[in-house]
Amino acid sequence: MRRALRWLMAACVAIATTSAALAADLRPLVQTMGSGGYSGTEKALNQLSDAGDPAAVPVIEALQAGDLYVRKADGLVVIARKVGAGYALTDPLSGAALGEAAAGAIDRIKVNNAMRRAISAALGALTLMSPDPAVRRSAADAVFKSRDANALDALNTALAKEKDERIRRAMEQARAAVILTAGASDADTQAAVATLAGRGDRDALALLSMIAASGASDTAKTAAAAAVATVEQKLMFWGALQNLWYGLSLGSVLLLAAIGLAVTFGVMGVINMAHGEMVMIGAYTTFLVQQGLRTYAPGLTDLSVLLALPAAFLVSGGVGVIIERSVIRWLYGRPLETLLATWGLSLVLQQAVRSLFGPTNREVSAPSWMSGAFELGGLTITYGRLWIVVFAFAVFAALLVALKRTWFGLSIRAVTQNRPMANAMGIRTARVDALTFGLGSGIAGLAGVALSQIDNVSPNLGQSYIIDSFMVVVFGGVGNLWGTLVGALALGSLNKFLEPYAGAVLGKILVLIFIILFIQRRPRGLFALKGRAVEA
Amino acid sequence: MRTIQQTMGRGMTGRVATFGISTLAGLAMGALAGSAQAADDTIKVGILHSLSGTMAISETTLKDVMLMLIDEQNKKGGVLGKKLEAVVVDPASNWPLFAEKARELLTKDKVAAVFGCWTSVSRKSVLPVFEELNGLLFYPVQYEGEESSRNVFYTGAAPNQQAIPAVDYLMSKEKVQRWVLAGTDYVYPRTTNKILEAYLKGKGVKDEDIKINYTPFGHSDWQSIVADIKKFGSAGKKTAVVSTINGDANVPFYKELGNQGVKAQDIPVVAFSVGEEELAGIDTKPLLGHLAAWNYFQSVDTPINAEFIKSWKAFTKNDKRVTNDPMEAHYIGFNMWVKAVEAAGTVAPDAVIDSMIGVAVPNLTGGYSAMLPNHHITKPVLIGEVQENGQFETVSKTPGLVPGDEWSDFLPDSKDLISDWRKPLSCGNFNVKTGKCGGKGT
Repeated sequence: MRRALRWLMAACVAIATTSAALAADLRPLVQTMGSGGYSGTEKALNQLSDAGDPAAVPVIEALQAGDLYVRKADGLVVIARKVGAGYALTDPLSGAALGEAAAGAIDRIKVNNAMRRAISAALGALTLMSPDPAVRRSAADAVFKSRDANALDALNTALAKEKDERIRRAMEQARAAVILTAGASDADTQAAVATLAGRGDRDALALLSMIAASGASDTAKTAAAAAVATVEQKLMFWGALQNLWYGLSLGSVLLLAAIGLAVTFGVMGVINMAHGEMVMIGAYTTFLVQQGLRTYAPGLTDLSVLLALPAAFLVSGGVGVIIERSVIRWLYGRPLETLLATWGLSLVLQQAVRSLFGPTNREVSAPSWMSGAFELGGLTITYGRLWIVVFAFAVFAALLVALKRTWFGLSIRAVTQNRPMANAMGIRTARVDALTFGLGSGIAGLAGVALSQIDNVSPNLGQSYIIDSFMVVVFGGVGNLWGTLVGALALGSLNKFLEPYAGAVLGKILVLIFIILFIQRRPRGLFALKGRAVEA
Repeated sequence: MRTIQQTMGRGMTGRVATFGISTLAGLAMGALAGSAQAADDTIKVGILHSLSGTMAISETTLKDVMLMLIDEQNKKGGVLGKKLEAVVVDPASNWPLFAEKARELLTKDKVAAVFGCWTSVSRKSVLPVFEELNGLLFYPVQYEGEESSRNVFYTGAAPNQQAIPAVDYLMSKEKVQRWVLAGTDYVYPRTTNKILEAYLKGKGVKDEDIKINYTPFGHSDWQSIVADIKKFGSAGKKTAVVSTINGDANVPFYKELGNQGVKAQDIPVVAFSVGEEELAGIDTKPLLGHLAAWNYFQSVDTPINAEFIKSWKAFTKNDKRVTNDPMEAHYIGFNMWVKAVEAAGTVAPDAVIDSMIGVAVPNLTGGYSAMLPNHHITKPVLIGEVQENGQFETVSKTPGLVPGDEWSDFLPDSKDLISDWRKPLSCGNFNVKTGKCGGKGT
């Protein structure tokens, strides 16, 4: 610990003294960043990174963040940060304040993709010795990507000092990438190929196949080709697992969309074409909750999706109860009329939302705990999808418990199985009908909260899910929740296994053909209900 | 006084404007424009954009911008001394209904010109109506080309004004060698990809370095396709995605790109159908640097654009409304029509069609766009990178204007065809090899 501290202090002192000496040399380079358009800035940036002076880091970071400006009056390159209506200017190298400027008096130095690549390469090479392990780690990754031969010396020095095993490995991989690109002795090349093969991911594969196609030497080519074969085999195994995960993920989305329908259509027998609009209303509720939190409680924005859950359930459920009381209850036992009426309702609801919120998409941003991805072996799992899978199963379990274990669930089952008898036992069947429909709609609202994270929040949101939902419920077996679960997961996986081979369009057609054939064989779906309830 | 009257679907009962060509021609140019005696008569302009259904998301904005342009023109005194009157109909994203509504506009409302359509299929559906009734259609959206009608003015980009320059940019600046052509499964992406495929192969790109992928309208589960793109991109060559994905499917596509960490530095995605409006529904932070090719961006820094944005925000009374490329196309098309009508001194279709060719009006990127004999216009091509605020930053602009080329030079079926609606040729598909008018296409 103490040694590390001493090292750190020594490094700081060294940096401080050298930067004082070198800052003068950097200044003309920094000054040239402001001229010559993209290519001029890029050239100056490369020279800046070649100078190898950590004093340039704040300048490059400011360029990356879009904070580097040129003062129009004298062409001076400055860092400008917004303060009130104007900008506070500081010197990019010394950090000395240079007063304030109006927005019109300074010009931002623009950054494009090529420059962003150069920036991360430069920052990578310059921050390999940073005292912060996270910075060192990302520096090593940046060098791995840039494969900049100039970074080799810095890498070697950093490697000699590095203690952290994982950062060491990342640095070694970066070093291997640099060596392979630049060309080296046979022994070095083979060692580098072995290091990359050990990494064994897509980035390594990209690099190895590049070397295999156009390497520096024949030895490099053959070694790389062998490594490519090993890595590809490994990736193929992970690819199959990845497909399984995608299938599970699509299946859970289908489950969410269909499970509300499993209640209204499956249990109650109402062909509800407006089911998709309940999903849409749930998504718009999420939008409203998020907007509200942004305005009144910005600190809670990250929780907006959670807070939207009860809200969406109540709003969609409430709309469902109103629809049941006003339209559907007059149409029990008349499926064709129900179909037409609810289809009309779906159009009305869509247009109403369009008039209220406008035809354009609304942005529901993902909370931080739902964005990004993590690697699990060779799998890339996005947090958003993971939470949706978890959520779908939670909703399914909750619904199952509600139907099997509560008094309300008992009355629902009683009414659907034998209405006159339930009536005779004192159950208010009309109220149960309304609440059941509300329950199904409310669950659709919950689905809307989840779908707002992965799909458009637009008036058409529901339309894209209504066909799929019916497909799942019919395939799984009308009136059986477990059927809906199995049906959703089966269709999701089938779709995802077909997609890589048949393409998205043909894949969907094949799934539909499969369902048509399946229904021919088993008209009542996977899990057919038996007994008197079927005839009711 | 209300200067704009909208009639939704049902036509206006009342006067049918008739035009004394010679007498009104004088009126138009002179100081008498907008005088009391002319205020009684109006010229009707049809607006044929979906206000409901799946395309409402894009087309409603175009209806609004037309209302704004007409309003502004009326404030300047109208056209030929008459006020303009907008007739708005809603074809509801229903392609056959487009044809019906077009017929209604031309026969019942007797509009002088129609501004409308978005998807190619809607344009194809109204095309026979405009040709039969000799109407005028201004079509403001980038499209696949392979068409030139006497009655249609194409103010959006042809493939050589959008797709080809974008691919050139990626090839020269980003050194891309491997291409994924991803699109929605309908006529525009399929034709564009056919042209791009022929173009890339002509440039020496091998078969195995091109991957074409189609998805249905409204596709929402992009996990495996994005994973596939990553896989395709790890073959050791610089890879880019050319996206002709249309409409709603873009939001989940970009969300998935962001979540799976496909960065623009590694695999850039260049889109032809994603503008400021589409990005409004997405968190653009993870998309920094992905590209779009258009002829206009809201971020273009010219005085005329600043003014346009200002009046748009004032007209819609919404500070957050964005502007986009098809809006600029309507801006150009409308001003061209006004100029041509004033030059012809009449709104009679034949005279206006003749005087349209050669008309030049300012575009919003600081230059002039001119109507060509093939009924396409000259435009600059801009390549922009997505910024964190949902706007595009121009990273490349063609030095001059690019003339729209309706018949692609890269497709065997159309490479010998040209279109020239000037007399005496007056032909939309003249075959330079056989020397005859007529060939593939319309």
